[in-house]
Amino acid sequence: MNTVVCMKQVPDTETLIKVNPEGTGIATEGIKWVMGPYDEFAVEEALQQKEKFKAGTVSIVSLGPDRAIEAIRTGLAMGADSAVHINDSAFYDKADPYATAAVLAAAVKNLEYDIVFLGKQAIDDDSGQVPAILAEMLGIPVITQVLKLEVEADKSKATVTREVEGGHAIIDVTLPAVLSAQKGLNEPRYASLPGIMKAKKKPVDVKTAADLGVDVGAMTVIKEMTLPPARQAGKIIEGETPEEKAANLAKALHEEAKLI
Amino acid sequence: MAGILIYAEVQKGELKKGAFEITSKAKEFGQEVSACIIGSGAEALAPELAKYGADKIYVVDGPEYENYVTEAFVQAFVQVAQQVQPAIILTSSTAQGKDFTPAIAARLQVGCFSDCVDLSLNGDKIVVKRPMYAGKAYVLAEATATPQIASIRPNSFPINENAGAGAVEKVAVSIDAAKIKTVVKSVEIAESDEPDQTEAEIIVSGGRGMKGPDGFPMIEALAKALGPGSTTGASRAAVDAGWRDHAYQVGQTGKTVSPNLYIACGISGAIQHLAGMGTSKVIVAINKDAEAPIFSKADYGVVDDLFKVVPALTEEVKKIRS
Repeated sequence: MNTVVCMKQVPDTETLIKVNPEGTGIATEGIKWVMGPYDEFAVEEALQQKEKFKAGTVSIVSLGPDRAIEAIRTGLAMGADSAVHINDSAFYDKADPYATAAVLAAAVKNLEYDIVFLGKQAIDDDSGQVPAILAEMLGIPVITQVLKLEVEADKSKATVTREVEGGHAIIDVTLPAVLSAQKGLNEPRYASLPGIMKAKKKPVDVKTAADLGVDVGAMTVIKEMTLPPARQAGKIIEGETPEEKAANLAKALHEEAKLI
Repeated sequence: MAGILIYAEVQKGELKKGAFEITSKAKEFGQEVSACIIGSGAEALAPELAKYGADKIYVVDGPEYENYVTEAFVQAFVQVAQQVQPAIILTSSTAQGKDFTPAIAARLQVGCFSDCVDLSLNGDKIVVKRPMYAGKAYVLAEATATPQIASIRPNSFPINENAGAGAVEKVAVSIDAAKIKTVVKSVEIAESDEPDQTEAEIIVSGGRGMKGPDGFPMIEALAKALGPGSTTGASRAAVDAGWRDHAYQVGQTGKTVSPNLYIACGISGAIQHLAGMGTSKVIVAINKDAEAPIFSKADYGVVDDLFKVVPALTEEVKKIRS
């Protein structure tokens, strides 16, 4: 079972976002960068499939600047075998989902895969588009928001449970396919100390877009980034007892806010 | 290429509310508004869309469209889009829309914008406003290719009755079955009248302060008392502890929500949670820790034991609503 995991290094969820002086993106000073939380499920699932089949490789593909190597090493320390780091300054700030998918697709085409895993979205731009565009470019099916995966012994097919509104759907898919991971798919492992040591020696192939023969620009442009207006603290509901406070709250929601 | 084409999503035999919202918004731009409905029994739904401004409604109807299958729906929609040649395509950023929209954009070899909360026109360009970092920041963005495609977050635009011409055309699409590599075996939807968190008007949400799964029936009771349009949510702490399914999680690794009223029970207000619900119109926090960060964002705060406040609030709400 050969798999490729496409993943992205993103700011940790506890990051307070600030806008850069140009007003076009975030100020990156002081940010703690981590592997995308949904990508962790993707890496874990790839490792579990390899373990189940007792054969195959897990390759990581990631687009990002120099710092992205840390997230790539995390994936290798979890147990992935090798990685392709697409490091191209033309893509640092300008790569939208389409351009990102184009370089990822070019890298993935050079690798062996039965399944390409990704997180369902990167939690920085929150677009959630790359899985579908990548699948289109690779000419294979995609199933997004995967909660459960069973691959048949001959690797020709898989049965996938995906999240749909208010429930889930069970879908058979012909492999190879692109699957995007939703939280709940598995419990990602932590990298072990020996894993971290071994990861330092695993091969990481560094490529530019030109190396991969990609000449696709972004289809969308960010004109301006702003922060939402800060919310002000409102009022604390007074009362002698919890019951009195509840009554006063209900009154405020009914008479002031007019919501009930 | 001209005009706006709406993808009007069908669920359980009915048009989703988001379809009316985007049709209403599209009508404001003074261009021809077309809509495409794909589904089993879709034709019967067409007149409803005309009420909100659809001038032309393209219907792809057949029993094979009972369940949403990404590839089949993409093929059908793209054929309609190639016939209509719109300058702009709008979809709803529902669970299905999140799967469907990037897939049609990829097939049409253009970009798209996910989960937009506002939309304006600058000449023939759309300018979208959309959140990033789960709402910690917002961007204004434009597309460089046509058609320009945007999925719109539900509840972003009001529904306005503003009748369009409403001409209905049944489209016979030809589906390349060999390209469909997935088969939907079954779809299980929980029997519930509750709206999805992303579309709910009121959300009662529970966090670490709920102390365990046994506390959640209490917030379900409050949501029920608040009437239809209400549902429940949970913080990451409650989901990671296994008290609640991930489908309920609000925050940066869950759902981003924007209800009229968000009642946070026993939620401290971690940055990643605040990002996911910070655009709620009114926020109520119930927490016994007066120092909890959630109070700095809440319009109304109750510093007390939620196990006493929430049931009492449920009774008060019932009194008011009866």
